[in-house]
Amino acid sequence: MSRSAKRRPVFFNLRQIDLPVTAVVSFGHRISGVILAFSIPALIYLLQLSLRSREGYAWVTALFSNRFAKAGAVILLWVFLHHLLAGVRHLLFDIDVGVGRRAARISAWTVLLSEFALVVLASGILV
Amino acid sequence: MRSPLTGLRAWLMQRLTAVYLAGFTLFLLAHFAWDAPVSFDAWRNWLLSPVVRVATALFFVALLLHAWVGVRDVILDYVHPLAVRLSLLAALASGLLATGVWMLGVLLGL
Repeated sequence: MSRSAKRRPVFFNLRQIDLPVTAVVSFGHRISGVILAFSIPALIYLLQLSLRSREGYAWVTALFSNRFAKAGAVILLWVFLHHLLAGVRHLLFDIDVGVGRRAARISAWTVLLSEFALVVLASGILV
Repeated sequence: MRSPLTGLRAWLMQRLTAVYLAGFTLFLLAHFAWDAPVSFDAWRNWLLSPVVRVATALFFVALLLHAWVGVRDVILDYVHPLAVRLSLLAALASGLLATGVWMLGVLLGL
């Protein structure tokens, strides 16, 4: 199987492929998933620190008054929101909701606009 | 006759854990919007209270299972040489298991 796969042509120049919005949402879903998976250990570490001692708790809360930590948190929140919203869209597909091409494009735009709005809202509240 | 690997179990696990993860996230958000803990003691008392502690532990178990299915799919899609693929899958499984043991220690051992 892999021998014939080596001879098939591939074309991955994303700047020349006319990508529909649904593809962007899908790529983002996968990439955001990988990013979130790799951030799990850091998050557990922060949780552990915050529970272990008053100094640990103080350190974690102080961390989030740092402007770089805040920026990182907002970015991670954005990544998380994309994954969550695109994931909900996937779950709807699983029950046959919004599967048609037009509906899928509308839901894709909805995901992108919602996550942007929510990130702005959340960073307004948190930052 | 052997039954084929349809991927149904992984698919189901990914969807079920996703629902729990989303639900718990909403619960967390609602609690913090309504009654955010403001001190070390408040934080500990809330998170380590019996129900929240177990629900949080379940959240992380679900998270690790969800991450396993997801990252495994990525590896299977892009890594074809068998030795590299198996090594990465093994590293992923080890990493997730270690994280799980660590997390259970944090939540259930304190």
